[in-house]
Amino acid sequence: MANKPILKEVLRDRGVSRRGFMRYCATLTSLMALPAAMAPKVAQALEGAPRPSVIWLSFQECTGCTESITRSSAPSLEDLIFNAISLDYHHTLQAASGHAAEAAREAAMKAQDGKYLLIVDGSIPLGNPGYSTIAGISNEDMLRDAAKGAAAIIAVGSCAAYGGLPMADPNPTGAVSVSQIITDKPVVNIPGCPPIAAVMTGVLAHFLTFQGLPDLDELGRPVVFYGDTIHDRCYRRPFYNQGLFAKGFDDEGARKGWCLYELGCKGPVTRNACATIKWNGGVSFPIQSGHGCIGCSQPDFWDAGSLYTAVASPTADITPVAGMAAAAGVGAGVAVAALNAQSKKKTASESTPVTVQELGDKQ
Amino acid sequence: MTEPGMDLLMWARGTGFQIAIGVFLFGLVLRLIEIFALRRKADVAPPKGDAVSGGLRTIFTRFVPAPGFAALLPAQIIGGVIFHFGLLFIVFFFVPHIAVIKDTFGVSWPGISSAVINALTVLTVAILVVLLVVRLKHPVRRYLSDFQDYFIWALTVVPLVSGYMAFNAVGPYTIVLAIHVLSAELLIALIPFTRLTHAFTWVSSRYYNGAFAGRKGTMS
Ligand code: SF4
Ligand code: SF4
Repeated sequence: MANKPILKEVLRDRGVSRRGFMRYCATLTSLMALPAAMAPKVAQALEGAPRPSVIWLSFQECTGCTESITRSSAPSLEDLIFNAISLDYHHTLQAASGHAAEAAREAAMKAQDGKYLLIVDGSIPLGNPGYSTIAGISNEDMLRDAAKGAAAIIAVGSCAAYGGLPMADPNPTGAVSVSQIITDKPVVNIPGCPPIAAVMTGVLAHFLTFQGLPDLDELGRPVVFYGDTIHDRCYRRPFYNQGLFAKGFDDEGARKGWCLYELGCKGPVTRNACATIKWNGGVSFPIQSGHGCIGCSQPDFWDAGSLYTAVASPTADITPVAGMAAAAGVGAGVAVAALNAQSKKKTASESTPVTVQELGDKQ
Repeated sequence: MTEPGMDLLMWARGTGFQIAIGVFLFGLVLRLIEIFALRRKADVAPPKGDAVSGGLRTIFTRFVPAPGFAALLPAQIIGGVIFHFGLLFIVFFFVPHIAVIKDTFGVSWPGISSAVINALTVLTVAILVVLLVVRLKHPVRRYLSDFQDYFIWALTVVPLVSGYMAFNAVGPYTIVLAIHVLSAELLIALIPFTRLTHAFTWVSSRYYNGAFAGRKGTMS
């Protein structure tokens, strides 16, 4: 690690001014929900931080997560923070491939044992190791092996965090998430399909600044970024409160920017930072562009009913059940009515009329 | 790993909903057939009035309390009317509820402002609490109340409170919404098996009493 230039030098080489760097640190500080007074501390820590070695493993994934980071508008926070780490292995981004790449990974793991950051995207197939291999090594073996010497493990994207699309019903590959395999170490989950680049870098910045992991919730998510639901922070919320809902993607309500609840928005049950940090350098986010949240950062979101059905609406067809229930009701109703009639008849036949004489006797 | 409450919500939206609708329809059809199959012996006395008009009249006259009762039981009567209308509006005119009806039966109608529904929910719950207190404080009413009276009170209040919490984002939304949907399903399923059946029989039972009295030439 010592032979790698620290961030200060990298920034100087790239011509980033002191002022620019401080501005960057202020943004990072607010991103991590730290008080503004912390900005100089963050700057100090980042400047002097040795560049940690990062090993990035990609399993059953679509490369969307890597795209999300690398295609973020440059020069950006993401760009800067990625200069603060040393990406020693990322088989999509690196030039080497096959056994040469694996040799590089093993060398980095050995040299940085106990100190490197392990980032994983994609789910791991347990159904058959042959479903996904890298240089003949199964995903599970590679993950277990790389996790051993990692200082921290970060599962990036909904697939690594919760299984994602590969795990969706009927889960043909027997896909599982990172935390289902690695149970003896904390795993930071950064879900999203893909996750917001600024959230990924925010977590890295936290690690670099404080040499530790941010506070996580019960699903392993950093609370600062996943503490609120999209609905909690959605700018369309006043329309929801007033009961003004778009009924179609091109109706008057949609043009007026009304709430997308009826069009299936999953914002109320989705934890992510889209409504605040937004996408593409803070330009917009799906709801702002007219489409409801599909809940991409939630576990099992593919199996949570149609993307276009309101979040409280039934997912099941009730017609067959209703038909059977009504038919059974008719049968039971007729039977009960017959029983009632019978018992009435029985009572009538068993009862003996009371004579006036008898009534007189009773008095 | 799942978000707390998500499994419950998904169950409530799928299997739970099917069970609730199934039990409800089974029970309702059973009860209605049972009630309408009940027979009286033919009344051979000459009628002194018209049964049909008596029956129809009573359906409406019962909306107005009998003379003297309003003064005697103001809380029950005023509160009762408001909370019934409150329930009607909350259940059938809250836009997300109409969305559920539309997604289930394909029919829909315009809703009313969620802010109004929100206020109506507070009012309805407050009245239900007052009515419960009135019931508990009066020795005779308390004596006349059985378990079912308290049970259906809770059955009605839980969906109202959880719905209010979900709408106003009080508590963890997914869990609150799951509780709301489940409690509403329980309410729907138990309607035919409790006194809540009156939601479906009030018209016919008023007509029955009215017709009976009408034939005798009296008012019901
Ligand atoms: S658009 Fe979605 S997240 Fe925004 S207020 Fe409506 S339901 Fe909530
Ligand atoms: S708005 Fe929802 S679906 Fe869209 S990216 Fe954010 S969490 Fe994913």
